[in-house]
Amino acid sequence: MLEQTNRTSTSTALRRCKPLQFKDVVLEIDGVALIRQINCTLDSSGKTIVLGPNGAGKSLFLRLLAGLMEPTSGAITGGLEEQDGLRKLAQDTGAPCMSLVFQNPVMLRRTAFENIAFVLRHHQVPKHEISSKVDKALAIARLETRAHVPARRLSGGEQQRLALARTLMINPYALLLDEPSASLDPLSTAIVEDMIERADAMGTKIVLVTHDIKQAKRMADDILFIHEGRVLAHKSKRAFFKDPGSKQAQAYLDGRVPQE
Amino acid sequence: MGDFSQAFQIAFNLLWSMDVELYSIVYLSLKVSISAVLISCALGFLIGAALTVFRFPGRRVLLILFNALMGLPPVVVGLMVYMVLSRSGPLGVLGLLYTPTAMIIAQTVLITPLVAALSAQVLQELHHEYDEFFRSLQLSGREKLMTLLWEGRFGLVTVGLAGFGRAISEVGAVMIVGGNINHVTRIMTTAIALETSKGTLSLALALGIILIAISLLVNTSVALVRSKAKEAIYA
Repeated sequence: MLEQTNRTSTSTALRRCKPLQFKDVVLEIDGVALIRQINCTLDSSGKTIVLGPNGAGKSLFLRLLAGLMEPTSGAITGGLEEQDGLRKLAQDTGAPCMSLVFQNPVMLRRTAFENIAFVLRHHQVPKHEISSKVDKALAIARLETRAHVPARRLSGGEQQRLALARTLMINPYALLLDEPSASLDPLSTAIVEDMIERADAMGTKIVLVTHDIKQAKRMADDILFIHEGRVLAHKSKRAFFKDPGSKQAQAYLDGRVPQE
Repeated sequence: MGDFSQAFQIAFNLLWSMDVELYSIVYLSLKVSISAVLISCALGFLIGAALTVFRFPGRRVLLILFNALMGLPPVVVGLMVYMVLSRSGPLGVLGLLYTPTAMIIAQTVLITPLVAALSAQVLQELHHEYDEFFRSLQLSGREKLMTLLWEGRFGLVTVGLAGFGRAISEVGAVMIVGGNINHVTRIMTTAIALETSKGTLSLALALGIILIAISLLVNTSVALVRSKAKEAIYA
């Protein structure tokens, strides 16, 4: 995944990608607006950190971006838009699509090795390459010794690393992460962050939802602050932490309840 | 009371002496039921998975229908298959009535809805867990279906065993389409019914003991599969 040979293919994909744009995006569920007219543009590379209190709509924002949910109105454009196009690109370049890593990693009922091999087989990686690619992915996730353990037996941190390694195997042009290090110990958090940094170095667009302010400071290129389904700020890291731009964002950073 | 104890003694003798007639009945029963279960699993697993993965008009109606058909009365299935296979029926020319094939068909019709409905239950739970993951990988419907079948393998084995339990203990349908012909279509359940009505309890008892042993074996297998799945945290 992180080989030089694949760097070329990822770049090929990036050249074809456009910045991701939310245009007047509204999402209503059961008549309740959970995302309220979001307008923003995410560059096709770099690390965007999404911050916001619980229930602000961060996970929905990621799901909309990943195409797992359809907006009630408005449009999300850019990136790779056609389903067939995604598949075609997967075969042409090996850099197929956006991938979402969930807060609670979804593990197939197979070994750690087979979890990664499954994704490779799905992306038509030649049979003779699968074993070596899986070994490399496991090494990057520091799971070499856990290769033949049923994935659902791994610890939370190991499962998250496996989920991330599995996702990175397909060289997505955008990697969307929903609190990937929530409830992980410092070591697992460091490994997860290292894996994300490697993907970023490869040119993969990173969109990361987190509640960890320190993590945001460590990793962000730009920060998107969501509150009650609205984007209240989208600034560079330096600008955001200097001036969050709203009392809600300031209260969030200070860890206090915003005054109405 | 003395007659009963004598019957038990003869039954155990039949079992112990590997009585040819007794074991040929057991062999035919297993052959018919295992064949029916294999066909039902091939059909039922696919139906259950398709009802789970694909969204189409009438899907809910089909789910309700398969659930309702789980309790299909065997004699009604026997009657339906009899009408289809009888000389004046649409498949009469095949001459299948009163053959083991007819019995396999009847048992397949009987247990396929059961296998399909239970498979759908097992796979729907899994699908709920995997749905977003599958969509994020852009798996095609066929890929989702095949992956779900593999991921649900432990649950599906227990579904298959439940189907086998129903097939092997069924009497009404196979009696109607098989005719209970000695050395041709006589299986354990039909033989027990016949021998009991004749008053020859020993053979009926010997077959009953084997039937109960098979039932215990099936239930033990279900428990083993479940514990193995749990042990490996595959469940």
